[in-house]
Amino acid sequence: MSARPPVPLAQLAPGAQAIVREIRGGADFSGRLAGMGLTKGARIEMLQNVGRGPVLVRAHETRIALGRGEALKILVEETSHEPYA
Amino acid sequence: MNRTPEHTSQERTLLVGLAGQPNVGKSTLFNLLTGLTQHVGNWPGKTVERKEGTLAHNKTRMRLVDLPGTYSLTAHSLEEQVARDFIIQEQPDVIVMVADASSLERNLYLLAELLILCTPVVLALNMLDVAEAQGIQIELHVLEAALGLPVVPMVATRNQGPDELIAAIEHLAYNPATFHPTLPQIAAPHRRVLDQLKEMVAGQVPAPFDPDWVALKLLEGDTEITRKAKGWAGKLLWPRIEALLAAHEDAVLDIASGRYEWIGRMVRAAVTRPRLGQVSLTDKLDRVAVHPLWGLVLLFCVFAAVFWLTFTLAVPLQEWLDVTVVGQAHVAARHLLAGAPGWLAALVADGVLGGAGLVLTFLPILAVFFGALALLEDTGYLARSAYVMDRFMHALGLHGKSFLPLFLGFDCNVPAVMGARVIESRSGRLLTILLAPLVPCSARLVVLAFLAPAFFGAAALPVALALVALNLLVLVLVGITLSHTLFRGQHVAFIMELPLYHMPNARTIGTAVWNNTWAFVRKAGSFILLASVVVWALSYFPTGALEQSYLARLGRSLSPMGELIGMDWRMLVALISSFVAKENAIVTLGVLYGQSGGGLASTLAAQVPPASALAFLTVTMLFIPCLATVAVMRQETGSWRWTLFDVALLLAIALGAGILVYHGAGALGMEG
Repeated sequence: MSARPPVPLAQLAPGAQAIVREIRGGADFSGRLAGMGLTKGARIEMLQNVGRGPVLVRAHETRIALGRGEALKILVEETSHEPYA
Repeated sequence: MNRTPEHTSQERTLLVGLAGQPNVGKSTLFNLLTGLTQHVGNWPGKTVERKEGTLAHNKTRMRLVDLPGTYSLTAHSLEEQVARDFIIQEQPDVIVMVADASSLERNLYLLAELLILCTPVVLALNMLDVAEAQGIQIELHVLEAALGLPVVPMVATRNQGPDELIAAIEHLAYNPATFHPTLPQIAAPHRRVLDQLKEMVAGQVPAPFDPDWVALKLLEGDTEITRKAKGWAGKLLWPRIEALLAAHEDAVLDIASGRYEWIGRMVRAAVTRPRLGQVSLTDKLDRVAVHPLWGLVLLFCVFAAVFWLTFTLAVPLQEWLDVTVVGQAHVAARHLLAGAPGWLAALVADGVLGGAGLVLTFLPILAVFFGALALLEDTGYLARSAYVMDRFMHALGLHGKSFLPLFLGFDCNVPAVMGARVIESRSGRLLTILLAPLVPCSARLVVLAFLAPAFFGAAALPVALALVALNLLVLVLVGITLSHTLFRGQHVAFIMELPLYHMPNARTIGTAVWNNTWAFVRKAGSFILLASVVVWALSYFPTGALEQSYLARLGRSLSPMGELIGMDWRMLVALISSFVAKENAIVTLGVLYGQSGGGLASTLAAQVPPASALAFLTVTMLFIPCLATVAVMRQETGSWRWTLFDVALLLAIALGAGILVYHGAGALGMEG
């Protein structure tokens, strides 16, 4: 099993599942994410990712909307991918 | 911590704080517990709302403080700072932590932060019905044993559980020694550095702060505590602390994930989730609500419904209040003061009653607006509308959350300014408030609808549409400019929870309508009344006729400036009088041109050249916000400086646009 290199969350396709590996952008940003369930090691699922708009992910049974800029600062490792129907 | 011994405790009032993350039904529970005893104010020196209420049960009296809904207790926002300052400074007897049972893990993050503040906590496990509907099973006793604190199951919307909660609060308050929570530990790699920090700050930290807590917050990079600790530690010690922190910057992420590991251990045995894969109601609804295309269509329909509601409910009520209530009071006042001097009768009937009537006529529109806002928020739709609109608001330096207040500004700018409360970040809220007056409100649209045909006849519609478009263009330009200058670098990350959809709670909506509408009367009402009396006095004295009044003199003295925008003193006076209420522009023109109603239209058409007319309409549409809007801008920003800055900015923009339009129209051959 080879670990895939982490990619920005903004690059995940809808339906993809991943584990958060790194959060860039300072204590304030990562602290706000932590309160909503997005921390290093958290399992997430990409729910919506369209064009240049915000993305929608699920973590700890919570739907979280993130601006695209924010989604670029979160690095994730993809664990599975179901093709988006 | 000082706790009163048991034997005297029966007579004292317990101080209880209600904490919880957003969207967990905390307001519903607070309303349920305190009912009509609620008092809404502000936290001292802050623009955050403070809600308090009392509760009497057997011999115990409780003072309940509703803390702002926050995801954590690290000072990322004013709300989080307020919530933890309350716990540290006011030392409540018990904190009730309200949690959504259907997303327990994320909710317990806040509990982890509460527990390290060494405050006694009761966990109110709310929305159990939602959790059950999702097939989530929670073994309460297992959870209670793991956490080491009382857990009370609740469904606040169905009135289930408040008695058990009150009993648990009482028991914990009178028996603090029984409180033995399982505390989250910091991950092993950082334990040593935390101990070092604890040693360094011990003895430096003043009461009521806990040195261990301060050490942890320093390691977490908490801005407020870092600033405070710098002062406490002094010039000798601080560089050493700072160097240690700099070497362990990575601790932030580990502390947060360490808390989730602790949470994982707490819930592992107690919570059983159904296997994933089932599609929930929220998922189904979101297929439309957050869809890039259908989401916008739905948003449009929802807003159309809100406008429809305003025009079928609020506008007739407003007219009834204006004509029947204020009109009859006016007649009665005149009648009662028939023997009094003319100025006194006019002061009461026109000045005071006019001002009070103005406040009164805002109420229906505010009530409908806040009802709609609370309904959208309570069902969970509000967050979706912000998500759908986010991409369009970025150019203005705003987030999706600013869209709703701004859009509803077409009704009236007052609720638009007050509605900016839904935006968490102070800079985003401020920018939204500053931009709100540029949305053409219905009062200005009425003025436009009356004057455009009078001035331009058949060309009225394109002229009116162009003026509305101009307003929105200016809004976009001002937004872009401000976000790249004064608000530069203030970009706050767009991170927002889309809560589960649920049935709205009538009590929650009713309380929101009452609290917000009453806040307007209480805080903005007196200012509006006072200012409208002042403007009335200027238009009445010294002779009682508007033509010779101080206001008219002011208009005449400004007429050299008026020439720049092609306006004579009568139009200037009309403009100034529109400050009280935008519709006043028509009334004032009627008085000064000696006509009213249909006659006024033809008089204006005959006497005002088209270029001046166009300039007048342009300036009216962009002019300084009305009195009520200024009052709520002051109330919501808590700052006269920002309020006056915006007034000055809008005045400059309006006059600048007036000059451009007047001379531009002249250059294009329009008669000036």
